[in-house]
Amino acid sequence: MKILVCITQVPDTTTRISFTGNAFNAAGVQFIINPYDEIALTRALELKETLGGSVTAITVGKPDTEANLRKALAIGADDAIRVNADATDAYFVAAQIADVAKKNGYELVLAGKESIDYNGSEVGSMIAAMLDVPFVGMASRLVVEGEKVTLDREIEGGKEILESTLPLVASAQKGMAEPRIPNMRGIMSARTKPLQVLEPAAADALTAVISYEMPPAKAACKMVPADNPALLIELLHNEAKVI
Amino acid sequence: MSVLVFAENGDGKFPKSTYEAISYGFALATKMGTSLTALVLGEVSDDALKNLGEYGAAKVLHASDARLNGFNSSAFASALAQAASAEQAKVVILSSTLEGKAVAPMLSVKLKAGLVVGVVALPATDGPFVVRKKVFSGKAFADVQVNSEVRILTVSVNSFSLIKNPAAATVSAFAPQLPEGDFRMVSKEIAKSTNTLSVAEADIVVSGGRGLKGPENWGILENFATAIGAATACSKPVSDSGWRPHHEHVGQTGKAIAPNLYFAFGISGAIQHLAGINSSKVIVVVNKDPEAPFFKAADYGIVGDLFEVLPKLTEALKAFKAGQN
Repeated sequence: MKILVCITQVPDTTTRISFTGNAFNAAGVQFIINPYDEIALTRALELKETLGGSVTAITVGKPDTEANLRKALAIGADDAIRVNADATDAYFVAAQIADVAKKNGYELVLAGKESIDYNGSEVGSMIAAMLDVPFVGMASRLVVEGEKVTLDREIEGGKEILESTLPLVASAQKGMAEPRIPNMRGIMSARTKPLQVLEPAAADALTAVISYEMPPAKAACKMVPADNPALLIELLHNEAKVI
Repeated sequence: MSVLVFAENGDGKFPKSTYEAISYGFALATKMGTSLTALVLGEVSDDALKNLGEYGAAKVLHASDARLNGFNSSAFASALAQAASAEQAKVVILSSTLEGKAVAPMLSVKLKAGLVVGVVALPATDGPFVVRKKVFSGKAFADVQVNSEVRILTVSVNSFSLIKNPAAATVSAFAPQLPEGDFRMVSKEIAKSTNTLSVAEADIVVSGGRGLKGPENWGILENFATAIGAATACSKPVSDSGWRPHHEHVGQTGKAIAPNLYFAFGISGAIQHLAGINSSKVIVVVNKDPEAPFFKAADYGIVGDLFEVLPKLTEALKAFKAGQN
Protein backbone atom coordinates (compact mmCIF):
# COMPACT_ATOMS: atom_id res chain seq x y z
CA MET A 1 0.00 0.00 0.00
CA LYS A 2 1.26 3.48 -0.89
CA ILE A 3 0.93 5.76 2.12
CA LEU A 4 1.52 9.51 2.22
CA VAL A 5 2.10 11.11 5.64
CA CYS A 6 1.70 14.88 6.09
CA ILE A 7 4.40 16.36 8.28
CA THR A 8 4.51 19.87 9.67
CA GLN A 9 7.12 21.28 11.97
CA VAL A 10 6.10 23.12 15.12
CA PRO A 11 7.87 24.81 18.02
CA ASP A 12 8.90 22.30 20.70
CA THR A 13 6.15 21.88 23.32
CA THR A 14 8.21 23.63 26.02
CA THR A 15 8.74 26.79 23.91
CA ARG A 16 7.88 30.14 25.48
CA ILE A 17 5.91 31.79 22.68
CA SER A 18 6.80 35.36 21.73
CA PHE A 19 6.41 37.68 18.76
CA THR A 20 8.52 40.36 17.14
CA GLY A 21 6.25 42.86 15.47
CA ASN A 22 3.63 40.84 13.67
CA ALA A 23 5.70 37.68 13.27
CA PHE A 24 6.42 34.65 15.43
CA ASN A 25 9.82 35.03 17.07
CA ALA A 26 11.70 31.90 15.95
CA ALA A 27 15.01 32.95 17.55
CA GLY A 28 16.31 30.12 19.72
CA VAL A 29 13.20 28.01 19.10
CA GLN A 30 13.69 24.33 18.41
CA PHE A 31 11.32 22.97 15.77
CA ILE A 32 10.10 19.40 16.03
CA ILE A 33 7.81 17.15 14.00
CA ASN A 34 4.25 17.91 15.14
CA PRO A 35 3.59 15.20 17.78
CA TYR A 36 0.36 14.01 16.15
CA ASP A 37 2.07 13.74 12.74
CA GLU A 38 4.65 11.51 14.41
CA ILE A 39 1.85 9.20 15.57
CA ALA A 40 0.51 9.10 11.98
CA LEU A 41 3.98 8.35 10.63
CA THR A 42 4.52 5.51 13.08
CA ARG A 43 1.18 3.89 12.20
CA ALA A 44 2.05 4.20 8.50
CA LEU A 45 5.32 2.35 9.13
CA GLU A 46 3.53 -0.40 11.08
CA LEU A 47 1.08 -0.85 8.17
CA LYS A 48 3.94 -1.05 5.68
CA GLU A 49 5.69 -3.68 7.81
CA THR A 50 2.64 -5.96 7.75
CA LEU A 51 1.18 -5.17 4.30
CA GLY A 52 4.19 -4.10 2.24
CA GLY A 53 4.23 -0.94 0.16
CA SER A 54 5.87 2.37 0.88
CA VAL A 55 5.69 5.37 3.19
CA THR A 56 6.35 8.89 1.87
CA ALA A 57 6.64 11.88 4.20
CA ILE A 58 5.58 15.21 2.72
CA THR A 59 5.88 18.76 3.99
CA VAL A 60 5.17 22.18 2.53
CA GLY A 61 7.94 24.52 3.59
CA LYS A 62 11.21 26.25 2.89
CA PRO A 63 14.63 24.49 3.16
CA ASP A 64 14.67 24.96 6.97
CA THR A 65 12.03 22.21 7.21
CA GLU A 66 14.33 19.57 5.72
CA ALA A 67 15.91 18.63 9.06
CA ASN A 68 12.56 17.37 10.29
CA LEU A 69 11.90 15.57 6.98
CA ARG A 70 15.26 13.81 7.48
CA LYS A 71 14.07 12.89 10.96
CA ALA A 72 10.95 11.33 9.40
CA LEU A 73 13.27 9.34 7.12
CA ALA A 74 15.35 8.31 10.15
CA ILE A 75 12.20 7.08 11.91
CA GLY A 76 11.57 4.90 8.84
CA ALA A 77 9.87 6.68 5.92
CA ASP A 78 11.15 5.43 2.54
CA ASP A 79 11.30 8.80 0.87
CA ALA A 80 10.32 12.42 1.43
CA ILE A 81 8.88 15.28 -0.57
CA ARG A 82 9.27 18.96 0.24
CA VAL A 83 7.03 21.36 -1.65
CA ASN A 84 9.17 24.46 -1.80
CA ALA A 85 6.82 27.18 -0.54
CA ASP A 86 5.88 28.96 2.65
CA ALA A 87 2.93 27.25 4.30
CA THR A 88 0.74 30.35 3.99
CA ASP A 89 -2.58 28.85 5.01
CA ALA A 90 -4.27 25.47 5.36
CA TYR A 91 -6.06 25.72 2.00
CA PHE A 92 -2.79 26.36 0.15
CA VAL A 93 -0.99 23.54 1.99
CA ALA A 94 -3.83 21.07 1.39
CA ALA A 95 -3.89 21.98 -2.32
CA GLN A 96 -0.16 21.16 -2.59
CA ILE A 97 -0.47 17.81 -0.85
CA ALA A 98 -3.66 16.86 -2.72
CA ASP A 99 -1.86 17.61 -5.99
CA VAL A 100 1.02 15.27 -5.11
CA ALA A 101 -1.39 12.59 -3.83
CA LYS A 102 -3.46 12.73 -7.03
CA LYS A 103 -0.47 12.50 -9.36
CA ASN A 104 1.16 9.60 -7.51
CA GLY A 105 -1.86 7.48 -6.58
CA TYR A 106 -1.48 7.23 -2.80
CA GLU A 107 -4.16 4.97 -1.30
CA LEU A 108 -3.92 6.26 2.24
CA VAL A 109 -3.09 9.80 3.32
CA LEU A 110 -2.45 10.30 7.05
CA ALA A 111 -2.10 13.52 9.03
CA GLY A 112 -2.06 14.47 12.70
CA LYS A 113 -5.34 15.54 14.30
CA GLU A 114 -4.05 19.12 14.48
CA SER A 115 -0.81 21.07 14.51
CA ILE A 116 0.08 22.28 17.98
CA ASP A 117 0.93 25.79 16.71
CA TYR A 118 -2.09 26.96 14.69
CA ASN A 119 -4.47 24.30 16.05
CA GLY A 120 -6.51 24.30 12.86
CA SER A 121 -7.34 20.60 12.27
CA GLU A 122 -7.87 21.71 8.68
CA VAL A 123 -5.37 20.20 6.27
CA GLY A 124 -6.42 16.51 6.48
CA SER A 125 -10.09 17.04 5.82
CA MET A 126 -9.38 19.65 3.12
CA ILE A 127 -7.20 17.10 1.29
CA ALA A 128 -10.04 14.56 1.49
CA ALA A 129 -12.48 17.06 -0.03
CA MET A 130 -10.00 17.98 -2.77
CA LEU A 131 -9.45 14.30 -3.63
CA ASP A 132 -13.16 13.50 -3.15
CA VAL A 133 -12.41 10.60 -0.80
CA PRO A 134 -13.77 9.85 2.71
CA PHE A 135 -12.21 11.49 5.77
CA VAL A 136 -12.01 10.20 9.33
CA GLY A 137 -10.71 12.68 11.89
CA MET A 138 -9.39 12.08 15.43
CA ALA A 139 -8.78 8.38 14.77
CA SER A 140 -7.28 6.40 17.64
CA ARG A 141 -7.16 3.07 15.73
CA LEU A 142 -6.69 2.24 12.05
CA VAL A 143 -6.62 -1.32 10.71
CA VAL A 144 -6.41 -2.27 7.03
CA GLU A 145 -7.75 -5.58 5.71
CA GLY A 146 -7.69 -5.82 1.92
CA GLU A 147 -9.71 -2.91 0.57
CA LYS A 148 -11.46 -2.32 3.89
CA VAL A 149 -10.24 0.05 6.61
CA THR A 150 -11.61 -0.10 10.16
CA LEU A 151 -11.13 2.93 12.37
CA ASP A 152 -12.04 4.12 15.84
CA ARG A 153 -12.70 7.81 16.12
CA GLU A 154 -13.52 10.07 19.02
CA ILE A 155 -17.05 11.52 19.02
CA GLU A 156 -18.66 13.79 21.63
CA GLY A 157 -18.86 11.72 24.80
CA GLY A 158 -17.52 8.48 23.38
CA LYS A 159 -16.12 6.47 20.51
CA GLU A 160 -17.37 5.31 17.12
CA ILE A 161 -16.16 2.36 15.04
CA LEU A 162 -16.26 2.98 11.29
CA GLU A 163 -15.52 1.11 8.10
CA SER A 164 -14.32 2.86 5.00
CA THR A 165 -13.13 2.05 1.53
CA LEU A 166 -9.74 3.08 0.15
CA PRO A 167 -8.52 5.62 -0.81
CA LEU A 168 -8.98 7.42 2.46
CA VAL A 169 -7.64 10.39 4.41
CA ALA A 170 -7.45 10.02 8.21
CA SER A 171 -6.08 12.16 11.02
CA ALA A 172 -4.33 10.51 13.95
CA GLN A 173 -4.53 11.14 17.65
CA LYS A 174 -3.15 9.47 20.74
CA GLY A 175 -3.71 5.72 20.77
CA MET A 176 -3.19 5.02 17.06
CA ALA A 177 0.51 4.23 17.58
CA GLU A 178 3.35 4.85 20.02
CA PRO A 179 5.89 7.18 18.37
CA ARG A 180 9.28 5.61 17.64
CA ILE A 181 12.67 7.05 18.45
CA PRO A 182 15.00 6.80 15.45
CA ASN A 183 17.89 4.36 15.95
CA MET A 184 21.47 4.84 14.74
CA ARG A 185 20.90 2.74 11.62
CA GLY A 186 17.86 4.82 10.76
CA ILE A 187 19.75 8.07 11.25
CA MET A 188 22.63 6.84 9.04
CA SER A 189 20.32 5.62 6.25
CA ALA A 190 18.22 8.80 6.36
CA ARG A 191 21.11 10.75 4.86
CA THR A 192 20.96 8.81 1.61
CA LYS A 193 17.20 8.29 1.28
CA PRO A 194 15.56 10.32 -1.51
CA LEU A 195 14.28 13.78 -0.57
CA GLN A 196 12.59 15.32 -3.56
CA VAL A 197 11.98 19.08 -3.79
CA LEU A 198 8.95 20.09 -5.86
CA GLU A 199 7.88 23.56 -6.92
CA PRO A 200 4.36 24.43 -5.69
CA ALA A 201 1.26 23.94 -7.80
CA ALA A 202 -0.83 27.03 -8.52
CA ALA A 203 -3.16 27.57 -5.54
CA ASP A 204 -4.56 30.46 -3.52
CA ALA A 205 -4.25 31.18 0.15
CA LEU A 206 -7.69 32.23 1.40
CA THR A 207 -6.62 33.55 4.80
CA ALA A 208 -3.64 35.40 6.28
CA VAL A 209 -2.55 36.08 9.85
CA ILE A 210 -2.10 39.85 10.14
CA SER A 211 -1.07 40.16 13.79
CA TYR A 212 -0.56 38.33 17.06
CA GLU A 213 -1.25 39.22 20.63
CA MET A 214 -0.32 37.65 23.93
CA PRO A 215 -3.16 37.16 26.41
CA PRO A 216 -3.24 39.74 29.22
CA ALA A 217 -0.94 38.83 32.12
CA LYS A 218 -2.69 37.06 34.96
CA ALA A 219 -3.10 38.93 38.22
CA ALA A 220 -1.19 37.36 41.09
CA CYS A 221 -2.68 34.19 42.52
CA LYS A 222 -4.76 34.85 45.62
CA MET A 223 -3.68 32.42 48.34
CA VAL A 224 -6.19 30.89 50.73
CA PRO A 225 -5.04 29.24 53.99
CA ALA A 226 -5.30 25.42 53.87
CA ASP A 227 -7.38 25.37 57.06
CA ASN A 228 -10.04 27.73 55.68
CA PRO A 229 -11.52 26.12 52.54
CA ALA A 230 -14.83 27.89 53.26
CA LEU A 231 -13.05 31.14 52.32
CA LEU A 232 -12.22 29.70 48.90
CA ILE A 233 -15.87 28.79 48.32
CA GLU A 234 -16.90 32.28 49.39
CA LEU A 235 -14.38 33.92 47.01
CA LEU A 236 -15.50 31.73 44.11
CA HIS A 237 -19.08 32.73 44.83
CA ASN A 238 -18.83 36.44 45.65
CA GLU A 239 -15.66 37.57 43.90
CA ALA A 240 -15.15 35.31 40.87
CA LYS A 241 -18.89 34.59 40.62
CA VAL A 242 -18.36 31.17 39.10
CA ILE A 243 -20.36 29.09 41.58
CA MET B 1 -27.48 37.57 1.90
CA SER B 2 -27.53 35.86 5.28
CA VAL B 3 -25.49 34.26 8.04
CA LEU B 4 -25.84 30.47 8.17
CA VAL B 5 -25.21 28.46 11.34
CA PHE B 6 -24.78 24.71 11.37
CA ALA B 7 -26.88 23.77 14.44
CA GLU B 8 -25.18 20.54 15.43
CA ASN B 9 -27.24 18.00 17.38
CA GLY B 10 -26.41 14.81 19.24
CA ASP B 11 -29.15 12.16 19.21
CA GLY B 12 -31.75 14.82 18.41
CA LYS B 13 -30.68 17.22 21.17
CA PHE B 14 -28.81 20.50 20.82
CA PRO B 15 -25.79 20.85 23.11
CA LYS B 16 -24.89 24.19 24.71
CA SER B 17 -22.18 24.73 22.07
CA THR B 18 -24.90 24.90 19.39
CA TYR B 19 -26.73 27.69 21.24
CA GLU B 20 -23.37 29.47 21.59
CA ALA B 21 -22.90 29.26 17.81
CA ILE B 22 -26.45 30.57 17.26
CA SER B 23 -25.85 33.44 19.72
CA TYR B 24 -22.61 34.28 17.91
CA GLY B 25 -24.32 34.03 14.53
CA PHE B 26 -27.15 36.32 15.62
CA ALA B 27 -24.71 38.94 16.93
CA LEU B 28 -22.81 38.80 13.62
CA ALA B 29 -25.96 38.88 11.47
CA THR B 30 -27.16 41.95 13.39
CA LYS B 31 -23.79 43.63 12.88
CA MET B 32 -23.97 42.88 9.15
CA GLY B 33 -27.59 44.01 8.89
CA THR B 34 -28.87 40.62 7.80
CA SER B 35 -30.71 37.65 9.28
CA LEU B 36 -29.70 34.30 10.69
CA THR B 37 -30.59 30.89 9.26
CA ALA B 38 -29.83 27.64 11.09
CA LEU B 39 -29.34 24.30 9.36
CA VAL B 40 -30.27 21.13 11.24
CA LEU B 41 -29.32 17.69 9.92
CA GLY B 42 -31.01 14.46 11.00
CA GLU B 43 -34.15 13.74 12.98
CA VAL B 44 -34.92 16.40 15.62
CA SER B 45 -38.28 17.18 17.27
CA ASP B 46 -40.28 20.22 16.15
CA ASP B 47 -40.10 21.72 19.64
CA ALA B 48 -36.32 21.50 19.66
CA LEU B 49 -36.19 23.14 16.21
CA LYS B 50 -38.45 26.00 17.34
CA ASN B 51 -36.22 26.51 20.37
CA LEU B 52 -33.40 27.71 18.07
CA GLY B 53 -35.49 30.85 17.61
CA GLU B 54 -34.94 31.64 21.30
CA TYR B 55 -31.33 32.53 20.47
CA GLY B 56 -32.08 34.48 17.31
CA ALA B 57 -32.52 32.07 14.39
CA ALA B 58 -35.12 33.66 12.10
CA LYS B 59 -35.28 30.62 9.85
CA VAL B 60 -34.51 26.95 10.45
CA LEU B 61 -33.77 24.61 7.55
CA HIS B 62 -34.34 21.01 8.56
CA ALA B 63 -33.04 18.05 6.55
CA SER B 64 -34.68 15.14 8.36
CA ASP B 65 -33.04 12.50 6.12
CA ALA B 66 -32.31 9.56 8.46
CA ARG B 67 -28.94 9.04 6.74
CA LEU B 68 -27.90 12.28 8.44
CA ASN B 69 -28.64 11.05 11.98
CA GLY B 70 -25.08 9.88 12.47
CA PHE B 71 -22.03 12.04 11.89
CA ASN B 72 -20.71 11.90 8.33
CA SER B 73 -18.40 14.78 7.46
CA SER B 74 -18.72 14.36 3.67
CA ALA B 75 -22.53 14.28 3.65
CA PHE B 76 -22.74 17.10 6.21
CA ALA B 77 -20.42 19.24 4.07
CA SER B 78 -22.56 18.54 0.96
CA ALA B 79 -25.73 19.56 2.80
CA LEU B 80 -24.13 22.70 4.26
CA ALA B 81 -22.71 23.76 0.89
CA GLN B 82 -26.17 23.50 -0.69
CA ALA B 83 -27.80 25.38 2.19
CA ALA B 84 -25.13 28.09 1.98
CA SER B 85 -25.81 28.68 -1.69
CA ALA B 86 -29.61 28.50 -1.28
CA GLU B 87 -29.40 31.11 1.49
CA GLN B 88 -26.69 33.15 -0.27
CA ALA B 89 -24.75 32.96 2.97
CA LYS B 90 -21.84 35.36 3.33
CA VAL B 91 -20.65 33.74 6.55
CA VAL B 92 -21.12 30.12 7.65
CA ILE B 93 -20.66 29.37 11.35
CA LEU B 94 -20.02 26.02 13.02
CA SER B 95 -19.10 25.04 16.58
CA SER B 96 -15.45 24.20 17.19
CA THR B 97 -16.43 20.68 18.22
CA LEU B 98 -15.15 17.38 16.83
CA GLU B 99 -17.91 17.48 14.19
CA GLY B 100 -17.55 21.14 13.34
CA LYS B 101 -13.79 20.86 12.96
CA ALA B 102 -14.11 17.89 10.58
CA VAL B 103 -16.89 19.40 8.43
CA ALA B 104 -15.68 23.02 8.16
CA PRO B 105 -12.50 22.27 6.13
CA MET B 106 -14.50 20.16 3.64
CA LEU B 107 -17.00 22.97 3.30
CA SER B 108 -14.12 25.40 2.81
CA VAL B 109 -13.00 23.37 -0.24
CA LYS B 110 -16.52 22.99 -1.63
CA LEU B 111 -17.24 26.74 -1.40
CA LYS B 112 -13.64 27.86 -1.87
CA ALA B 113 -14.25 29.91 1.25
CA GLY B 114 -11.57 30.93 3.74
CA LEU B 115 -11.85 29.18 7.11
CA VAL B 116 -10.82 30.28 10.59
CA VAL B 117 -11.02 27.57 13.27
CA GLY B 118 -11.54 28.35 16.95
CA VAL B 119 -12.59 32.01 16.85
CA VAL B 120 -13.07 33.75 20.21
CA ALA B 121 -14.66 37.08 19.22
CA LEU B 122 -16.85 38.67 16.59
CA PRO B 123 -15.05 39.70 13.40
CA ALA B 124 -14.35 43.24 12.27
CA THR B 125 -16.65 43.71 9.30
CA ASP B 126 -16.09 47.35 8.34
CA GLY B 127 -13.15 47.10 5.97
CA PRO B 128 -11.31 43.77 5.73
CA PHE B 129 -12.91 40.77 7.44
CA VAL B 130 -10.58 40.09 10.38
CA VAL B 131 -11.32 37.68 13.21
CA ARG B 132 -9.43 36.61 16.34
CA LYS B 133 -8.56 33.00 17.14
CA LYS B 134 -6.48 31.13 19.69
CA VAL B 135 -3.12 29.83 18.52
CA PHE B 136 -0.21 27.97 20.12
CA SER B 137 -2.63 25.93 22.22
CA GLY B 138 -4.10 29.03 23.83
CA LYS B 139 -0.75 30.68 24.61
CA ALA B 140 -1.52 33.53 22.17
CA PHE B 141 -4.14 35.03 19.86
CA ALA B 142 -3.87 35.64 16.12
CA ASP B 143 -5.93 38.07 14.07
CA VAL B 144 -6.71 36.40 10.77
CA GLN B 145 -7.89 38.17 7.64
CA VAL B 146 -10.21 36.19 5.39
CA ASN B 147 -9.93 37.18 1.75
CA SER B 148 -12.68 35.12 0.11
CA GLU B 149 -16.20 36.32 -0.57
CA VAL B 150 -17.76 33.63 1.62
CA ARG B 151 -16.19 33.04 5.04
CA ILE B 152 -16.39 30.07 7.38
CA LEU B 153 -15.79 30.33 11.13
CA THR B 154 -15.83 27.72 13.88
CA VAL B 155 -16.63 29.20 17.29
CA SER B 156 -14.46 28.11 20.19
CA VAL B 157 -16.56 26.23 22.79
CA ASN B 158 -17.28 28.16 26.04
CA SER B 159 -15.89 31.39 24.57
CA PHE B 160 -19.07 33.17 23.55
CA SER B 161 -21.92 33.63 26.02
CA LEU B 162 -25.44 32.48 25.35
CA ILE B 163 -27.64 35.44 24.50
CA LYS B 164 -31.40 35.06 24.25
CA ASN B 165 -32.94 36.94 21.33
CA PRO B 166 -36.38 35.41 21.11
CA ALA B 167 -37.68 35.30 17.57
CA ALA B 168 -40.40 33.19 16.01
CA ALA B 169 -38.34 30.86 13.88
CA THR B 170 -39.93 29.58 10.70
CA VAL B 171 -39.05 25.94 10.15
CA SER B 172 -38.89 24.64 6.60
CA ALA B 173 -37.95 21.25 5.22
CA PHE B 174 -34.69 21.09 3.31
CA ALA B 175 -33.75 18.22 1.01
CA PRO B 176 -30.11 18.37 -0.06
CA GLN B 177 -28.84 16.15 -2.88
CA LEU B 178 -26.40 13.74 -1.26
CA PRO B 179 -24.08 11.95 -3.68
CA GLU B 180 -23.50 8.18 -3.22
CA GLY B 181 -19.82 8.90 -2.70
CA ASP B 182 -20.61 10.59 0.62
CA PHE B 183 -21.52 7.19 2.07
CA ARG B 184 -18.33 5.23 1.40
CA MET B 185 -17.72 5.40 5.14
CA VAL B 186 -20.12 3.39 7.32
CA SER B 187 -20.66 3.60 11.08
CA LYS B 188 -20.48 0.15 12.71
CA GLU B 189 -20.77 0.84 16.41
CA ILE B 190 -21.12 3.76 18.78
CA ALA B 191 -20.01 3.49 22.39
CA LYS B 192 -20.94 6.47 24.56
CA SER B 193 -20.13 6.70 28.22
CA THR B 194 -23.48 7.28 29.91
CA ASN B 195 -24.37 9.75 32.65
CA THR B 196 -20.95 11.36 32.79
CA LEU B 197 -20.55 15.02 32.03
CA SER B 198 -18.30 15.61 29.00
CA VAL B 199 -15.00 17.28 29.92
CA ALA B 200 -15.12 19.42 26.78
CA GLU B 201 -18.52 20.91 27.56
CA ALA B 202 -18.56 21.10 31.35
CA ASP B 203 -18.73 24.53 33.04
CA ILE B 204 -16.67 23.24 35.95
CA VAL B 205 -13.83 20.71 35.66
CA VAL B 206 -12.06 19.03 38.59
CA SER B 207 -8.71 17.59 37.63
CA GLY B 208 -6.22 15.38 39.45
CA GLY B 209 -2.52 14.73 39.00
CA ARG B 210 0.19 12.51 40.36
CA GLY B 211 -0.28 14.18 43.75
CA LEU B 212 -3.24 11.86 44.30
CA LYS B 213 -0.70 9.01 44.49
CA GLY B 214 -2.86 6.29 42.91
CA PRO B 215 -6.17 5.47 41.22
CA GLU B 216 -7.60 4.17 44.51
CA ASN B 217 -7.56 7.74 45.87
CA TRP B 218 -9.84 9.23 43.21
CA GLY B 219 -12.90 8.86 45.44
CA ILE B 220 -12.22 12.10 47.33
CA LEU B 221 -11.85 13.96 44.05
CA GLU B 222 -15.01 12.43 42.62
CA ASN B 223 -16.93 13.35 45.77
CA PHE B 224 -15.93 16.95 45.34
CA ALA B 225 -16.73 16.87 41.60
CA THR B 226 -20.19 15.46 42.31
CA ALA B 227 -20.85 18.05 45.02
CA ILE B 228 -19.93 20.97 42.77
CA GLY B 229 -21.43 19.48 39.58
CA ALA B 230 -18.18 19.13 37.66
CA ALA B 231 -16.67 16.78 35.09
CA THR B 232 -13.46 15.01 36.13
CA ALA B 233 -10.19 15.27 34.22
CA CYS B 234 -6.55 14.36 34.78
CA SER B 235 -2.98 15.18 33.83
CA LYS B 236 -0.90 13.26 31.28
CA PRO B 237 1.16 11.15 33.73
CA VAL B 238 -2.09 9.99 35.31
CA SER B 239 -3.62 8.77 32.03
CA ASP B 240 -0.25 7.38 30.87
CA SER B 241 -0.07 5.28 34.04
CA GLY B 242 -3.58 4.00 33.39
CA TRP B 243 -4.98 5.48 36.63
CA ARG B 244 -7.67 7.23 34.60
CA PRO B 245 -9.02 6.74 31.05
CA HIS B 246 -7.31 8.60 28.19
CA HIS B 247 -10.41 10.65 27.38
CA GLU B 248 -9.98 12.45 30.71
CA HIS B 249 -6.48 13.68 29.83
CA VAL B 250 -6.38 17.46 29.41
CA GLY B 251 -3.26 19.19 28.11
CA GLN B 252 -1.25 19.79 24.97
CA THR B 253 -1.58 16.22 23.68
CA GLY B 254 -4.94 15.55 25.31
CA LYS B 255 -8.06 17.70 25.27
CA ALA B 256 -7.96 21.48 25.28
CA ILE B 257 -10.77 22.83 27.44
CA ALA B 258 -12.17 26.23 28.42
CA PRO B 259 -14.46 25.81 31.43
CA ASN B 260 -15.59 28.68 33.66
CA LEU B 261 -13.86 27.08 36.63
CA TYR B 262 -10.94 24.65 36.64
CA PHE B 263 -9.62 22.93 39.78
CA ALA B 264 -6.18 21.31 39.71
CA PHE B 265 -5.38 18.99 42.61
CA GLY B 266 -1.83 17.68 42.84
CA ILE B 267 -0.80 18.87 39.37
CA SER B 268 2.52 20.75 39.20
CA GLY B 269 1.52 22.74 36.08
CA ALA B 270 3.96 21.75 33.32
CA ILE B 271 3.74 24.05 30.30
CA GLN B 272 2.17 21.21 28.27
CA HIS B 273 -0.62 20.84 30.83
CA LEU B 274 -1.24 24.60 30.94
CA ALA B 275 -1.59 24.61 27.14
CA GLY B 276 -4.74 22.53 27.49
CA ILE B 277 -6.41 24.53 30.26
CA ASN B 278 -5.14 28.11 29.98
CA SER B 279 -8.41 29.28 28.41
CA SER B 280 -10.30 28.45 31.62
CA LYS B 281 -11.88 31.59 33.08
CA VAL B 282 -10.95 30.90 36.72
CA ILE B 283 -8.23 28.49 37.82
CA VAL B 284 -7.87 27.08 41.35
CA VAL B 285 -4.72 25.17 42.29
CA VAL B 286 -4.21 23.00 45.35
CA ASN B 287 -0.67 21.70 45.77
CA LYS B 288 1.55 20.91 48.73
CA ASP B 289 4.56 22.45 46.97
CA PRO B 290 4.41 26.27 47.25
CA GLU B 291 6.90 26.45 44.35
CA ALA B 292 4.66 24.51 41.95
CA PRO B 293 4.65 26.48 38.65
CA PHE B 294 0.88 26.10 38.42
CA PHE B 295 0.39 28.82 41.07
CA LYS B 296 1.73 31.38 38.56
CA ALA B 297 -1.14 30.54 36.20
CA ALA B 298 -3.78 30.32 38.93
CA ASP B 299 -6.36 32.81 40.23
CA TYR B 300 -6.75 31.13 43.62
CA GLY B 301 -4.39 28.78 45.38
CA ILE B 302 -4.11 26.65 48.48
CA VAL B 303 -0.79 25.30 49.63
CA GLY B 304 -1.56 22.14 51.52
CA ASP B 305 -1.97 18.38 51.56
CA LEU B 306 -4.82 17.62 49.18
CA PHE B 307 -5.79 14.55 51.22
CA GLU B 308 -6.73 16.97 54.00
CA VAL B 309 -7.88 19.91 51.88
CA LEU B 310 -10.17 18.06 49.46
CA PRO B 311 -12.54 16.51 52.02
CA LYS B 312 -12.72 19.83 53.89
CA LEU B 313 -13.44 21.66 50.67
CA THR B 314 -16.22 19.19 49.87
CA GLU B 315 -17.74 19.79 53.32
CA ALA B 316 -17.45 23.57 52.95
CA LEU B 317 -19.11 23.37 49.55
CA LYS B 318 -21.96 21.23 50.84
CA ALA B 319 -22.50 23.71 53.69
CA PHE B 320 -22.52 26.56 51.16
CA LYS B 321 -25.05 24.75 48.93
CA ALA B 322 -27.22 23.93 51.94
CA GLY B 323 -27.14 27.62 52.95
CA GLN B 324 -28.31 28.66 49.49
CA ASN B 325 -31.42 26.49 49.56
